[in-house]
Parts: sequence; C-alpha cells; structure tokens
Amino acid sequence: MLVLEDVHTHYGKIEALHGVSVQVNKGEIVSLIGANGAGKTTLLMTVCGNPRASSGRVILQGKDITNDLTSNIMRSGIAIVPEGRRVFSGLTVEENLHMGGFFNTKAEIRKSQEHVYELFPRLKEREHQRAGTMSGGEQQMLAIGRALMSRPNMIILDEPSLGLAPLVIKQIFEIIGQLREEGITVFLVEQNAHQALNLADRGYVLETGRIRLHDTGKNLLENPDVQNAYLGG
Amino acid sequence: MAAQNFKHALFSAVVTLIISYPILGFNLVSEGISVQLEGADTFTLVGVFAAAVVVFLFQLFRDTIMGGLGKLPALNPMANRPPMPQRKRLKVESVLLTLMLIGALFWPFIASRGAVDLATLVLIYIMLALGLNVVVGLAGLLDLGYVAFYAVGAYSFALLSQYFGISFWFALPIGALLAALFGLVLGFPVLRLRGDYLAIVTLGFGEIIRILLNNMTNLTGGPNGIGGIPDPTLFGMEFGRRVKEEGNTSFHETFGIAYAGEHKVIFLYLIALVLAVITALVIRRLMRMPVGRAWEALREDEIAAKSLGLSRTAVKLSAFTIGAFFAGFAGTVFASKQGFISPESFVFLESAIILAIVVLGGMGSQMGVILAAIAVTILPELAREFSEYRMLIFGAAMVLMMVWRPQGLLPMRRIHIELKPQG
Repeated sequence: MLVLEDVHTHYGKIEALHGVSVQVNKGEIVSLIGANGAGKTTLLMTVCGNPRASSGRVILQGKDITNDLTSNIMRSGIAIVPEGRRVFSGLTVEENLHMGGFFNTKAEIRKSQEHVYELFPRLKEREHQRAGTMSGGEQQMLAIGRALMSRPNMIILDEPSLGLAPLVIKQIFEIIGQLREEGITVFLVEQNAHQALNLADRGYVLETGRIRLHDTGKNLLENPDVQNAYLGG
Repeated sequence: MAAQNFKHALFSAVVTLIISYPILGFNLVSEGISVQLEGADTFTLVGVFAAAVVVFLFQLFRDTIMGGLGKLPALNPMANRPPMPQRKRLKVESVLLTLMLIGALFWPFIASRGAVDLATLVLIYIMLALGLNVVVGLAGLLDLGYVAFYAVGAYSFALLSQYFGISFWFALPIGALLAALFGLVLGFPVLRLRGDYLAIVTLGFGEIIRILLNNMTNLTGGPNGIGGIPDPTLFGMEFGRRVKEEGNTSFHETFGIAYAGEHKVIFLYLIALVLAVITALVIRRLMRMPVGRAWEALREDEIAAKSLGLSRTAVKLSAFTIGAFFAGFAGTVFASKQGFISPESFVFLESAIILAIVVLGGMGSQMGVILAAIAVTILPELAREFSEYRMLIFGAAMVLMMVWRPQGLLPMRRIHIELKPQG
C-alpha cells in the first residue's frame, strides 16, 4: 500500500529523517511511535510531499509519488487527519464534511456523509453547529469523518489522541479499529504508545530520525526497551 | 488601581501638551525678509489646554468609559435576536435587493446631475469593494495594493484609446483581462506569504504600479496624466454635442431630442449600474461554486485545506485574478467617467478606503459591502461643510464602528448547501 524506501528529508540544511524505510500493507493498522522531535510528523508530511524527500522513494499503491504535488497526492486515495485536528472552525459540521468530499460528486458526498454519521452519531446531532464550538473529542471525530469523505483506501492519523480525555481516546481508537474492518488501511502516528501498539498489527519506533525498532504491535508492547522508553516502565 | 490610573492620566495629559503646544502654540510670521516666532492667540492656547484636560479626564475614567462603550452593542435592540432562518433571510434579502435595484434604475431620472455623478462613483466603489471582498473577505488574503489593479484597468483604457483609438466597449474587457493578468503575476511571488508579510508585499506592489505610471513619462504622461479619454457610445451613438469620430451619429440627433449634458452622465451611470450588477451576480455565483468554498477553506485553515487535496497555488491565484479582474472593470469605467486620469487617483489611500469598505461592511458579505460602499462614498460628500475635519470624522466613525460592531454592518452568513434527500 504505502512504502517508504530509505527516505531522507531536510528542512533547509537540517536533516530530519536519516534514511527511513517503512512499509504499510493493505488492510493493516501500522503504528509509528516516538518521542517529541523524533520526526514522526516529518515522516507523514514527507508522504504528503510537503516537504518532499530529498532522497529515497515514497510509493503509494505501486506508484512513485516522491515528487508529486501535495494536492495530487491527497487526491489519490489517501487521506490525512492532521495533527491538532484542524477542522474549519467557522464552518458547520456538515460543511466541514462537504469540504472533505471536495472532488467527489454530490451523490458520492451524500453517501459518504451518511456513512460518517453512522460511524459518529454524535456528528449527526451537531450537524448544523459550527465546528469551532465543539469539544476536542467531537472535533477529532469530525476531522476523521472529513478525511473519510473522500472515500480513501488509506487513512493517516497524526496524533488523534492529542489533548483528549481518556474516555474519548478509547472511543477514537475503537473507531480506528472499525475502519480496519471496513478494509481501510490505517497508518497511525502516536505518542500514546500503549494504545497505539495495542491496536496495531505492526509498529515502528522512530528515534531522532531513524527507525529504531520494527515488530508486531504485541511484541513491541512486550519489548523491555520500549516499555522503559515509551510505556513508563 | 485608581492611583495607577491617575498617574497614567497625568502622563498622557503632559504628553498631549508636549506634542500639541509647540505645533499649535507658535506661529511663524514673516516680517519683511525675516521670519519671526510669535505665540498663538489665546483661543488656540485655551484649546490646547482644554485638549489636555479632556485627555486627562478620559484616561482617568477610561475603564468606566470603555466599559460603557462595550455595553453599546447591548443597546442595539436587534443584538440578541436569533438569526433569521435561512429561507426567510434569503427572501428578505432578495426583496431588498430588488427594491434597491429598481430604485437605482430610476435614480438618474429623479436626481440632479451631481447626484447621478456621485452615484456613478458609488457604483465604481461597489465594484471595487466586491472584487476586494473576494480576495480579503473570502480568501482571507490581506491585499493592501488593490488600487494597482484599478489603475491598470483605467490606464489600459486611457492608453489604448490614446494610441490605438480603441473605444470603451473594446477596452472594457481588455482592461479587465489585463488587470486580471497583473493579479496573476502578483499572485506568484506571494503564494507562500501570509498575513502581515502578504500585506507588505501587496502594499509594495501597489506603490510600484503608481510610481511606474508616474515616471514612465513618455508613455503615460507621468504626473500630467492622460486626458481626452472618450466617453462610451451607445451602438455608435455619441453623447457629445458634436460627433467626434467619423461614422458615428449623435444620440440627440438620432432620437430628435434637444441636446442635454445629462444624457452622457445618465448613460455612464447606467453602464456602471449594469457592470456593478454583473459583478455582484458573478461573484455571488462563484461563492456558491466549489471555488468559493475552496477560498473559504483556505481562509479558515490552510493546512487542512491542503490535506484535503486543494492546491494552494490554484486557489490563491484564482482569488487574486478574479479580484483584480473586477478592479479592471471599475478602472475602465472610472477613466471614462473622469475623462482624465493621473497617478494621483491611485494612491494608497484609495486601497485603504476600499479595504475599509470591505471591513466595515462585513468581510465576505455582499450586502454589507454594498451598503458600506454607499455609506463611505456618500458620507464625505454630505459632510463637505466640515471638509477640513472629514478624515477626522471618518477615522472616529471607523473606531466607533469597530468597538460597536467589529464583525461589520452585515456579517457574512454562508448559504448552506442542502442536499436533497434521496428517493
């Protein structure tokens, strides 16, 4: 589905990723964990082509997208839920969802919208409310719903648990599990290592721009190094 | 608290004195060949001290006064009224618009020549403000050099008619397209800029255009401007007393009526009206099209918009280009109305006024912007008697307006796109 081969990414002269290789197979949930500043978000942004990888290759569904335009990448069956939710706060919930289906026909939008409301009944209740007035958890649901509107094969989530209450986090992760049931591939980037690895088929540990460990989610959870560094011993 | 306010008030009063006394309190009087310094008359001195006292009192009771101002919105009986449901609002709006349009159509036949002339100017400002509304109000790109596109439109007509004898009707689309091209060209360097930085670059662009026009003396006539710009014709009929161009006929002879200077003014007004209506309708349509929603998405959150596959380049450039296009329209009409243009008509103050109209009316709201354009153009004319204090009143009105109603006269309300239920 998504393959990164020896990707190096630079911000100006500073190299943020020193040759990262990651593979996400179809139908999997893959988690990427790492501390602050490890390069998690950079890795995601490189997939989106903003900034582009300075060397190495990014392959999405068999197609090399390393040097594609961000706008083209985001229209090719992949959707991202950006860090910090970033819903359009002045727009209503429904309008936010419609923006997610910007390049789809009205009939498709209607169908995806119903589907999103099924996944998140809460959003249906708040259909005409302005997104900025909702709670963090609701906004996160909306951000995920908006990403699903374009009917992606793969969804990338950047820190979906950021700043949310534990109960809401649980809900969000349940939904992510549900997405896998629907055949959507999930690439999850998290600081909340315990939850992320619990859910994931496989996991990667990123440290200062390098992949330090790579294993199944379960094995990583039991790995003493991971436990020490990310799970609080 | 009180002691601090007192200290602050005293300080402000002293600063007022320090600033105003040397400026207003002394006069230079020439006696023969020498210049002498004289104290001003008592009236001015009393005025200066009175001003200091006013500043002192205002600062002393600042919290009470500003608190009172803050309560002003509550005095508005409509403040806490729930917003009208969409269907009703749309109905009210369309009725109001129709009435305004009918009124505007009959205006030239009931009003004086000067009033019609002023109304033409209002329409030009409406076009400009609607165009800038796309850039600032919808796409959220703060453009301080919008007047440059207005200048491009006006100068392209003036130059085309001077060098190639091209008439108003051909120059109109050319002027608008040229302005749009300039908008596109400006769009490229500012793609990556946002907020303050964007404002500074556009400000610079506006100045570049004006200074170029001022200095390319052999092409544009520099500060002397270009005169003798022809009036528009109606199917080859001219509105002057005598026909200037061969092959044309004159309006009053064709219809067998007596010549009147008003015909031309009314005709120009009607052209401006039609163009303003076209501008409003086109932009209204664009707002409901995907491109309109893309502008708003970009304004709300650039990163989110990009994450949905919107191209920042395309969205920003389209906003700049379309905004500039309508400024070109307005510029062509302006050149034709004035018959003479010079760089002086396109100074930064114009940009500021157009921006003020957009902010005053409510960013993104067409009705609001139209109302504000009318207010901002007509009020200074009504206040001609205090012409010295015009800008003072304008500024004070602006401050009060922003305290009282920061969202503008008629803030924007989006039209919901309702999907029809299936079946």
